[in-house]
Amino acid sequence: MGEAGKGDLRLVALTKSFETFTAVHPLDLTIPQGSFFALLGPSGCGKTTTLRMIAGLEEPTGGRILIGDSDITATKAYQRNVNTVFQSYALFPHMTVFENVAFGLRRRGDKDFRAKSHEALELVQLGQVSSKKPTQLSGGMQQRVALARALVNRPDVLLLDEPLGALDLKLRRQMQIELKRIQQEVGLTFIHVTHDQEEAMTMADSIAVMNAGAIEQLGDPATLYEQPRSTFVANFLGQSNLLKATVNLGGTDGVVTVRSHDADLEVSRSHLPDGASEVWLGVRPEKLRLGESGGPNHLRGVVRDVSFTGVATQYIVEMPWGQELTVVQQNDGSARAGLAENVTVSWAAEHGFALDASQAADAGAELVEHG
Amino acid sequence: MAETAVLSTGSAVAPSHRRRTWVPYALLLPGLLWLVVFFVLPMLTLGSQSLQEGNVDDGYAFTGNVAIYAEALGRYWPQMLRSLLYAGVATLLALLLGYPLAYFIAQKAGRWKNIVLVLVIAPFFTSFLIRTLAWRTILSDDWFVTQWARTLRVTDLLQWVGLTANDSLLSSKFAVIMGLTYNFLPFMILPLYASLERLDPRLLEAAGDLYASPRETFRRVTWPLSLPGVVAGTLLTFIPAAGDFINARLLGNTQTTMIGSVIDSQFLRVLDYPLAAALSFILLIVIVTMVAVYVRKAGTEELL
Repeated sequence: MGEAGKGDLRLVALTKSFETFTAVHPLDLTIPQGSFFALLGPSGCGKTTTLRMIAGLEEPTGGRILIGDSDITATKAYQRNVNTVFQSYALFPHMTVFENVAFGLRRRGDKDFRAKSHEALELVQLGQVSSKKPTQLSGGMQQRVALARALVNRPDVLLLDEPLGALDLKLRRQMQIELKRIQQEVGLTFIHVTHDQEEAMTMADSIAVMNAGAIEQLGDPATLYEQPRSTFVANFLGQSNLLKATVNLGGTDGVVTVRSHDADLEVSRSHLPDGASEVWLGVRPEKLRLGESGGPNHLRGVVRDVSFTGVATQYIVEMPWGQELTVVQQNDGSARAGLAENVTVSWAAEHGFALDASQAADAGAELVEHG
Repeated sequence: MAETAVLSTGSAVAPSHRRRTWVPYALLLPGLLWLVVFFVLPMLTLGSQSLQEGNVDDGYAFTGNVAIYAEALGRYWPQMLRSLLYAGVATLLALLLGYPLAYFIAQKAGRWKNIVLVLVIAPFFTSFLIRTLAWRTILSDDWFVTQWARTLRVTDLLQWVGLTANDSLLSSKFAVIMGLTYNFLPFMILPLYASLERLDPRLLEAAGDLYASPRETFRRVTWPLSLPGVVAGTLLTFIPAAGDFINARLLGNTQTTMIGSVIDSQFLRVLDYPLAAALSFILLIVIVTMVAVYVRKAGTEELL
């Protein structure tokens, strides 16, 4: 990334400790101006505390917060050009929708607050309800008012604290798309805090996965998903099959072989952590194929469960050593397997990833909440 | 599933609904009876009393003497005005004292909340009369309060603004207003507490997030959202304070007589029942009118 851009948000060794525990360990993060950034993690991982420190609602116990070159660490929330869309929306119940949206502009003495507020309401398609009270609106509409109320101020950074958490699934999907559209339209920096990995991957340009007060991995959604660097990320972002393996010496430039349960398996060298000898070899369920068409890596097992989900079929295949692998196969006309059938599971070298074996294989798996 | 649930409740509701229509009215009955016996009947008696003429020895007769109202107002308008003024000042003082306290209890007291609330209500465990008498001791000349007030020249200040006539604290406007404020403060604090307790602290965060300074946050969010409590508290303080007859008698002097004391002595000492009844009615009408205007102005019509 090199030099910090003009409006980039930078967190430098940002820390928050309470009497008995540390909510956020020294955190360094640069969020480029105009990006849609997600802080993803299970509840209690420190993502909301981080967000509240950026908003100025929580005082950090250490470190600095900068927007561009200006240090805003010591400023009060009302002095920061940062706005938040609260999880509970926190709309002022005694004001109309319009007054809610105009609140920030009027506090800053913007003469043009009328036109700007109406414009913001149009942007979220609520122009027709501007004179209603928030309580007269549905949850989805209230959510959009909260968004308009923050957006209208054109903040340097717009913070979204689990903004879609209270909406039902269908509305949430719709709002995800809408939020992304709006972000692209206005070009502001969005920082979105969520525990929903699917939501984060759908919307964000880059994601920081947080766990126990620290960032586990930072990257774009595809990299995080394809090449997780820890078992926590591998399990928290979707499902993973993790096989205990030992790295064999040698191999070619591109491919290394690892030995797992008496089978030699290939994995791209770039997907292997440097110097590791004991690893977890991970493969995503949809990368596995029934039969030998998937690639050079083959394992044989017995089908224990078959669930048909429409676009795909999920198989649970038990390995001779007792481990169960999850295989998701597209229903694209390829061969199907039945219960108790002996099958071969195969995959390509580039579809595997290796993680240091010193971590627990199930880290993060129990924390996934399915929306 | 949802549909069948709706259908079954729908068909179950219709007949029982008809059967139960009298239940709410039946539940209202005891309350209505209470109001008729203890409010409507005394009001009618009082109304008819005010229009009678005569004296205690020969008895009273209804003559429809409306002129008594003009006479009552002509003779006692200074006490009437004074009552409203004292009650108004006491209400304002109670609001200024009570608001921060109620805010503290509702938003900041945490686990001390219940203890502080009990402390607010604690004075009610002793009688109103005893508590006011206690203030006679507290404000008496030979007690440290007056001594200190003299040392700190507070007595001079009070005298200068006209709240006391000499360098004593007792038997003055100051003592009466103070007594009223003290006695009715809990009636101010409790409704304020109730409305501030409902105030969502996240709204205050949101206001701060939207560039409102703490002062602006109070003005635009906290205060408007606590208005129902302010209106209820001021009414509960002002109305009884305006009709109070204990504080002025125990803590005041002949120049601080309030309308409550006048009505009290007309009824119980002078035994001029028609005049006392007329004064009561005038006080009632004045207060109801003021309250109606006030509530309308405060924009909380739903309270009426």
